[in-house]
Amino acid sequence: MSGILVIQEAGRNRISFEALAAGSALVELTGLSLETAAIGDPNSNVFVETSGTPPAVAHAIQHHLLETYTSDGYVHAFEQLIRKLDPSYIVFPHTYQTRDYAPRLATRFGQVLTSDVTAIEAGPAFVRQLFQGKMTGNYRHQGDGPCFISIQAGAFRANPPQEGKTTILPFEPQMTDDVIRTSPGAPFRGAAQTVDLGSAQLIVAVGRGIKDADNLPMVQELATALGAEIAASRPICDNGWLPMERQVGSSGQTVAPKLYLAVGISGAIQHLVGMKGSQCIVAINKDPEAPIFEVADYGIAGDLFEVVPALTEAIKAAGQ
Amino acid sequence: MKIIVAIKQVPERDAQVRIDAAGKWIDESGLQWALNESDAYALEEALQLKEKNGGEVVVVSAGPERVGTTIREALAKGADRAIHIDCDDLGSRDALGVARLLAAAMKPENPDLVLTGLQSEDLGLGQTGVIVAELLGLPHATLILQVEKTETGLKVKRELEEGWFQSIELPTPAVLTIQSGGNKLRYATLMGIKKAKTKEVRRVTASELGVDGAQVVVLERIALPQKQKSTQMLPGNAKEAAATLVEKLKFEARVL
Ligand SMILES: Cc1cc2nc3c(=O)[nH]c(=O)nc-3n(C[C@H](O)[C@H](O)[C@H](O)COP(=O)(O)OP(=O)(O)OC[C@H]3O[C@@H](n4cnc5c(N)ncnc54)[C@H](O)[C@@H]3O)c2cc1C
Repeated sequence: MSGILVIQEAGRNRISFEALAAGSALVELTGLSLETAAIGDPNSNVFVETSGTPPAVAHAIQHHLLETYTSDGYVHAFEQLIRKLDPSYIVFPHTYQTRDYAPRLATRFGQVLTSDVTAIEAGPAFVRQLFQGKMTGNYRHQGDGPCFISIQAGAFRANPPQEGKTTILPFEPQMTDDVIRTSPGAPFRGAAQTVDLGSAQLIVAVGRGIKDADNLPMVQELATALGAEIAASRPICDNGWLPMERQVGSSGQTVAPKLYLAVGISGAIQHLVGMKGSQCIVAINKDPEAPIFEVADYGIAGDLFEVVPALTEAIKAAGQ
Repeated sequence: MKIIVAIKQVPERDAQVRIDAAGKWIDESGLQWALNESDAYALEEALQLKEKNGGEVVVVSAGPERVGTTIREALAKGADRAIHIDCDDLGSRDALGVARLLAAAMKPENPDLVLTGLQSEDLGLGQTGVIVAELLGLPHATLILQVEKTETGLKVKRELEEGWFQSIELPTPAVLTIQSGGNKLRYATLMGIKKAKTKEVRRVTASELGVDGAQVVVLERIALPQKQKSTQMLPGNAKEAAATLVEKLKFEARVL
């Protein structure tokens, strides 16, 4: 094929289609053709919804040993498809599943996955974040062999499918059950949720800039003055300073309040994906270069230990 | 149970990183360094497993001379001994190149379990543990919060997206990448710090491990992120900025 193979993940349509958009960007740069592949039934919606062109051809990988996700099973199956098709580029959506198996798959080809790509430039050069968003890096693939990349959620805009028809080709990998060494259990939810941040109108979120659990009441006071729910970045919940149900981000809640006020939060991508749909974002951070300011409507570059009490006062005064 | 923990030294979290003159990496002069956060959780998990089941905890770290301080910190917290892969050229090795160094150092140790953090705070590739598993021919699981020893191997709790989890059983030897938050981190005690000075740190070089510097993926340049959104930065001291913000939220954004 010597083209671009975009991997789609069933049940994760949006980011799968963003990966498809990244694949289309590569088509523009390289002139290569594009096909997709996914594990699952040809009638599953990850195929149905991309029907149309591109892609003209989609590969549906099917085997009863692939019904439940395992890294061993997926590596084994994709290895065979990739050897058969011999693509030059393989593009994944950067999901937890991709993180789990794609690096291992790339290693099988003596290759390295360039993960979490946010842009593709001429070359092609693959741009990704470094230092939790404080810097970006440009990566280039060299030598023969397929180039593996995964695409960060939200970095590319999913294209609506165009007129046309996608031919779905079934692919059945050769595999026996001894390939799979792990036995995964069914997904389960954490402890019962008692707060629904998803429907909160106003949220004050606190991050590691708060330094110590003893300083939390100061932020709580601000939340109370506003009539807002309190939320947090992951390290605050990791430390047990606030319960996990108040964590916002990829492994916590997704929120979209009218006002999201981030206090001492740096703005790592895993946090941003959980709150960037908020109507108005305010950030208070002592580092004027903190990535959180990139998504903020209003920013105060300053010490939260001065700004937060001043803001609580100003809100109380305005309320009177 | 013999557990190997791969740990990485990274710039301290709040450090002001600057781009170096060549534009290829950060200027490392004057930087403070620390143990990568999820690696600290990996080490904690290893120490707790050893306390429960007995065995040995060995830390492995690749990097220049300065990495020694992070290795001592891990020994002070309770690791039994360490392997320091002495190399000044980590920056010109890709993820596979670094994993080959680690795997080569680990292989002769025949560990029952290899733990790594799930991702580094500097490069953020999130792959080293998974590649090491493939190089050692071992099964792996990622984003792990809890590890329990069973009769046949391990039962682990894996984090999924948006507050979901799953348990996975797998045989040993195995490789796990550890997510933050599964345990409470310990501090080194004075006694621990004292003891660490006498613990074994074996130094090996890349050439002794038989690993070359071949690269598939090259980091060509680094840059500050391009600003896309025009954030209104509110000037003045804390009090002035706070007053302006309340005005703006009320009358401009109309969210209060
Ligand atoms: C798979 C995975 C899933 C993850 N899921 C999530 C998730 O769901 N949610 C989440 O939040 N994170 C998640 N993370 C972690 C994420 O990558 C970041 O590590 C985390 O969001 C950082 O939290 P923080 O911004 O509070 O801390 P830091 O990054 O340490 O930032 C602290 C900020 O406070 C500022 N500050 C310090 N002192 C002051 C002061 N006196 N005044 C003002 N500002 C100050 C600093 O300038 C800095 O910007 C996940 C990571 C991974 C790998």
